[in-house]
Amino acid sequence: MPKCDAKRQSSLGEVIDSKIELPLISARDIGFSLNGQWFLKDVSITVRARKRTVLIGPNGAGKSLLLRLFHGLIPASTGEILWKGQKLSSNSQECQAMVFQRPVMLRRSVMANMRFVLGVRGFAGREQTRRAKDALEMAGLTSLASRPARVLSGGEQQCLAVARALACGPELLLLDEPTASLDPAATSRVEELITAAHERGIAVVMVTHDQGQARRMADQLVFLQSGRVAEAGDAAAMFATPKSPALRAWLDGRLFVETEAN
Amino acid sequence: MNNDGVLLQAARLIAEWDPALFEIVLLSLQVTMSAVVISCLLGLPLGAAVGAFRFHGRGAVILILNVLMGLPPVVVGLLVYLVLSASGPLGVLELLYTPTAMIIAQIVLVTPIIAALSRQVIEDLYLEYAEQFASFGVSRYTRVRALLWDARYTLPTVVLAGVGRAVAEVGAVMIVGGNINHVTRVMTTAIALETSRGDLELALALGIILLALALVVNVFVMALRGTRVRGAYA
Repeated sequence: MPKCDAKRQSSLGEVIDSKIELPLISARDIGFSLNGQWFLKDVSITVRARKRTVLIGPNGAGKSLLLRLFHGLIPASTGEILWKGQKLSSNSQECQAMVFQRPVMLRRSVMANMRFVLGVRGFAGREQTRRAKDALEMAGLTSLASRPARVLSGGEQQCLAVARALACGPELLLLDEPTASLDPAATSRVEELITAAHERGIAVVMVTHDQGQARRMADQLVFLQSGRVAEAGDAAAMFATPKSPALRAWLDGRLFVETEAN
Repeated sequence: MNNDGVLLQAARLIAEWDPALFEIVLLSLQVTMSAVVISCLLGLPLGAAVGAFRFHGRGAVILILNVLMGLPPVVVGLLVYLVLSASGPLGVLELLYTPTAMIIAQIVLVTPIIAALSRQVIEDLYLEYAEQFASFGVSRYTRVRALLWDARYTLPTVVLAGVGRAVAEVGAVMIVGGNINHVTRVMTTAIALETSRGDLELALALGIILLALALVVNVFVMALRGTRVRGAYA
């Protein structure tokens, strides 16, 4: 039996039994340094259940790094990250799913890709099949189930990556530029899938460089610059009245000069 | 007899299914395939583990595997001889000058080749999968199994390298097998012996079969690599 919340076991389509305002992730004063260089510093963010948080900012601001810290792929150098008030662990990682910018497809069929992760997460044979079919149907990939995953188009592979992530029934979906290098049609399909997941109660944290996507997808916006949170808050308010010059410049499509985090 | 005559005689031996010839071929295949299968069972998981795990001393293990790839067969033959000889630690098993001793010597030669080459294949694949596997929470055991499975269209080339080494080997099997007629005589040792004795027909017939076997194995691997299915999964 998977370690994540037992209430989530029966179906991908179930509405998640979570309190709306429950903080899933509380990051307090986290920093990350490597070889004496700080890539993130003094970052404090709260990710709430059923909310969509979008991380924006220039290249090198630390957005993707922050996702990896949230997911426990790398440890923070300073500060602490809590999952529902507890320290990050393998259990908390199993309640999350992450989709990377370049989808990593196993050298197997679409269905085998789905079943692999479900097997790793402890789902038994019939449950694996049921969840895989549900997720593929949700992603519109049912007809491709027997195809090798690596011959799918970029958009289809990213949809499969999202479906594979959702099949395990995560409470939080972490997305690192999931539509980078996709055409508008494929972007739309991936966004629909993310929206459908969110409507079923899954919280989303997404990194994007696409301002239009941020406007469409964000409930909460976090603007990172040089490894620090330059501005964060309600997305609509931030888009309407940006406070920091950097965010104003970003929204205006202007370039601005980075400063060092340390 | 001129060379054309030798070639004709060699062809006749093959065409007539000469019992002495095919006894040697059969024993060669038994020894080689047994050694390669056991080497794969040892070398593939070892290579996958070294490729997929990060541990203290990993660099030294890789270095040792790479060095062992180039082991001189006669040195291996000598070492296995010392171990299996009557005064050696395993002398009581009385394996010297048996096909089993030849298989052991070939395992010692082939396992490092399969481990070292598969390590490289698996490591390249793991670099691609590492972050996704970490995200999935894949266990160490499942990681090795999954990597070996996903490299299934690349690893036959590694195995082929092992087959090539085993089937063409002379020095080690000569020392531990003794090239005894009807007991431990294989194609390579027979070719060496018959050439020195001037029985070129049998030597050439064995050489032709050896080349044909190499061709068949290569065609098989090329066919495997060239299929559309393989292209989609590699």
